[in-house]
Amino acid sequence: MRLINRTPPARLDLVLKAAPFVLLALAYTIAAIARHDANAGDKVLPTLGQMIGGVREMLFTRDLATGQYLMLADTIASLRRLLSGLGLAVVISFTLGIVVGMIPYAKRLLLPFITALSMVPPLAILPILFILAGIGETAKIALIALGTAPYMLRDLVLRVEELPRPQLIKAQTLGASSWQIALRIVIPQMLPRLIDGVRLSLGPAWLYVISAEAIAAQDGLGYRIFLVRRYFAMDIIIPYVLWITLLAYIFDLALRALQTAAFPWFAEAGRQ
Amino acid sequence: MTHSPPAASVLSVRDVCKTYAGRQILERVSIELAAGSFLAVVGPTGCGKTTFLRMLMSEEVPTSGTIALDGRKLPDEPTADRGVVFQRYSVFPHLTVLGNAVLPLELAAAPRFGRLFGAARRRAEATASAMLEHVGLGPAAALYPAQLSGGMQQRLALAQALIRQPRVLLLDEPFSALDPGTRADIHALTRRLWQETGMTVVMVTHDISEAFSLGTRVIVFERPIPDDAKRGARITHDIPVRRRTQRQPAALPLTPASLTAAPLTACPPAACPPAT
Repeated sequence: MRLINRTPPARLDLVLKAAPFVLLALAYTIAAIARHDANAGDKVLPTLGQMIGGVREMLFTRDLATGQYLMLADTIASLRRLLSGLGLAVVISFTLGIVVGMIPYAKRLLLPFITALSMVPPLAILPILFILAGIGETAKIALIALGTAPYMLRDLVLRVEELPRPQLIKAQTLGASSWQIALRIVIPQMLPRLIDGVRLSLGPAWLYVISAEAIAAQDGLGYRIFLVRRYFAMDIIIPYVLWITLLAYIFDLALRALQTAAFPWFAEAGRQ
Repeated sequence: MTHSPPAASVLSVRDVCKTYAGRQILERVSIELAAGSFLAVVGPTGCGKTTFLRMLMSEEVPTSGTIALDGRKLPDEPTADRGVVFQRYSVFPHLTVLGNAVLPLELAAAPRFGRLFGAARRRAEATASAMLEHVGLGPAAALYPAQLSGGMQQRLALAQALIRQPRVLLLDEPFSALDPGTRADIHALTRRLWQETGMTVVMVTHDISEAFSLGTRVIVFERPIPDDAKRGARITHDIPVRRRTQRQPAALPLTPASLTAAPLTACPPAACPPAT
């Protein structure tokens, strides 16, 4: 049978899905053991035991300077930045996306500008943000919002344009005004698509959180990673990276669950 | 051109031409449509019959000529006096069957939010439910369109288009994606709804037997010279259909030969403004 027609049996499903994860963990463990055999004081590839030790310290020991549990404080600080920035981006891009997608005058006026703006590398204007807003939270949140909003906005404009023209004609023959069409036809159909946009923006959003924290911050997951790098503290860096990945993954799952629960028609209509 | 249309004329199309990027689509199309008639528009693919329908729903504007509804020039955008059912995408995927049927009533009654609440909503839902019952969708009220068959979706589209009782109902190949059995059912439903409401219907179809089984009048669009970009399609045949019985289930046996034998309207020479 052709390769494209072969599907794995159900019992192999979990094995195949888990295999890359297990292989990576295995390869790491072997490499770590080998290095520790050669040099007991190796810091580059910490063993699982060392990483658990590192995490335990970050989780359960109060920091001498601030009196905080560092990993918890870092997580809260980073999540606050991520959610503020992403939230701001969602509000701006959704509102503008609907307006630009629906109204020809707004499209002519704003779309070329938005397209040009989206080409500005957000990290390149981070210094400007720091100069304008200081190195506080505002600049970091602005960086995340500026980094993620243009993509979501342009994506939404495309999604609005993708709505079948007959739907909009039909709505007008039912007597709907532009405002009513936005409220009852366009916005409800864009909300599940917005969730897709947010899911795809989570990666870039984390990138900007970590970047901003690496450059100027007193706390946060990215700040910590770049701080302990000075001490080669791989036993902290690796668990932090895994923790960030896990957080992003949970967000993705949660958004997908929200989409299915709140918009039961969406998956169904997509299948047609 | 100051003579007024006949009193009973609902739609009045006068010397309508349509050009698209230098290509003549329609050429001097004129037709007076009496109230309560069921006009079927047939013709080969690309003959401009869909363009004709789009102009009736104001999705497109004639290059020259006029279209009047009840003696008044058509507005430049779709309005609630002309209901429409398309071949696809006629119902809203994010609303349930009941939601789709209630929507027109909500749009009419709630300009600010497009949504009704409380007692007003219950009244609108009662009206919509009765309509759904009437088209055989009562048990499906809670489903989403994607969960319906093609025939049921078109039933819903009909119910939704009719609930605010438009002056004219425009049908754009509404049944051509359906299988024959389903199509026979929905033909019967369409005929029943038309008879009950006494509404004027314009239906574009490529199915000639469908045109003759439903229509009270069939017009044929054809290009005088195929593939000539300078010459657009005209109405080459205008055939009144007389029912032999009150409800004639089967279509008239009709062949292209019998079509040419049908009464032919005079084809005026092309008198459209030069294509721009």
